[in-house]
Amino acid sequence: MTRIGAITVLGAFVVALAGWKAIVVVGGLPPFILPPPEAVAGRLVEALAEGTITPHFAATLVEVVLGFAVGAGLALVIGYGLARSALVERLLSPYLVAAQATPILALAPLLALWFGPGLLSKVVICALIVFFPVAVATMVGIRSVDAGLLELGRSLRATRRQVLTTLEIPAALPSILGGMRVGVTLAVVGAIVGEWAGAERGLGVLVNLARGSLFDIPLMFATLVTIAALGVALYLLVILVERRLVGAR
Amino acid sequence: MTNRAGRVSVVDVALTFRRSDGPLLALDGVSLDVEPGEIVALIGPNGSGKSTLLRAIAGLLTPDRGGVTLDGRPVTEPDPAVGLVFQEPRLLPWRSVAANIAYPLELAGWPRARRDARVSELLELVGLEGAAGARPSQLSGGMRQRVALSRALALEPRVLLLDEPFSALDALTRERLNVELLDLWARTATTGIVVTHSIPEAIFLADRVIVLSARPGRVLADLPVPLPRPRDMSTLDDAVVSPLARIVRRHLEDVAA
Repeated sequence: MTRIGAITVLGAFVVALAGWKAIVVVGGLPPFILPPPEAVAGRLVEALAEGTITPHFAATLVEVVLGFAVGAGLALVIGYGLARSALVERLLSPYLVAAQATPILALAPLLALWFGPGLLSKVVICALIVFFPVAVATMVGIRSVDAGLLELGRSLRATRRQVLTTLEIPAALPSILGGMRVGVTLAVVGAIVGEWAGAERGLGVLVNLARGSLFDIPLMFATLVTIAALGVALYLLVILVERRLVGAR
Repeated sequence: MTNRAGRVSVVDVALTFRRSDGPLLALDGVSLDVEPGEIVALIGPNGSGKSTLLRAIAGLLTPDRGGVTLDGRPVTEPDPAVGLVFQEPRLLPWRSVAANIAYPLELAGWPRARRDARVSELLELVGLEGAAGARPSQLSGGMRQRVALSRALALEPRVLLLDEPFSALDALTRERLNVELLDLWARTATTGIVVTHSIPEAIFLADRVIVLSARPGRVLADLPVPLPRPRDMSTLDDAVVSPLARIVRRHLEDVAA
């Protein structure tokens, strides 16, 4: 990022914080409706120091990472099948679309019932929500491979495996990583939804605790900020991978 | 270098494309022989099946009737002894120039050191030493096609097939690349078959010009080129005004009529 770019981003952030503060002051809002930014920041630092957030954060992070890995991994395989076989596409796509069209919020209680209140149900929910965007991106990416390059591969007697590793994957990579950008933020959503459907630990649980029995609204906001930060950090991580893998074209 | 043969025989080849709107007969009874080291130009109107014929020779398409042999062996699939240059460069945009040239060697399983040595030779051969690390997107059209040419020569083919290789380039670049191509051919002693739309280009490059008819493609005329070798830029002017050019043109006009 250029210096000017960095200053712009920082400036926008400051403006957003100032706007938040202005709404609190002008609206005369009590802290249990909207605490001012400095109160949230203070509570966040305090919660981190006390170790209130850390175990919940760790639980959610594990769910997101595992769920993303499973969901994206399956999506790569199925997405490739969808791209290369009309039969596979015709057989599978109605179910995939139906699964995607059913709100995850409605499915989560059922999945929690099936897979228990532990890690497994969250991983399943995350995987389910990550799967669709990555599978579609993989399918589109693999289909976009230039037919001329495939003919070149054939003329050079490339094996199926060589076609996959030297032509299809590199050509589809920008599209796949685009799908993963969407997928990784959805994975965070999936983990929180899964935790709401029943869990002992996790940032979603902490939001519920702070709102309910603890009635600590600044803590709730601090938790929300943590969730958002987790999503942003994972998103940036994917962008970093993208820069490394496809930056120099 | 191994046995530098490279004799191509096409015997009574017929080829039909099965398309959704019915079968399309692209080639019907095409026969031709190309001697080792000889350069032949295929010329014909659009849809005369020039590219189809080239792909049949390359083993990318299987004829319905007849067949192609390379040094007496039937061609049933792409052969490492045949190099192919397409109308577009078809470079892998995510690879550097050197890695693009190394691609056929990599697929063929050459070890790293041998690959690197061969790539340096090829870069020198086409005068691209300075561009080894560049990406295709950073190169001019002419340079890209030079990379494609050196990639096609990577496995030391006995036969080089070119499908309108310079047709997308501007006239001056095209002339220069044609001169370079002749020079390359002289140095590598490869048999050459080049598809072209341009009569002067066909005459300038080839020892023989083969005129194909409109669909379905058949051999209309097989005309030896009387211009001596070595040829250079000035030969190009002779090619334009040579009596052969008029003969080829008349054949093509008959087809069009």
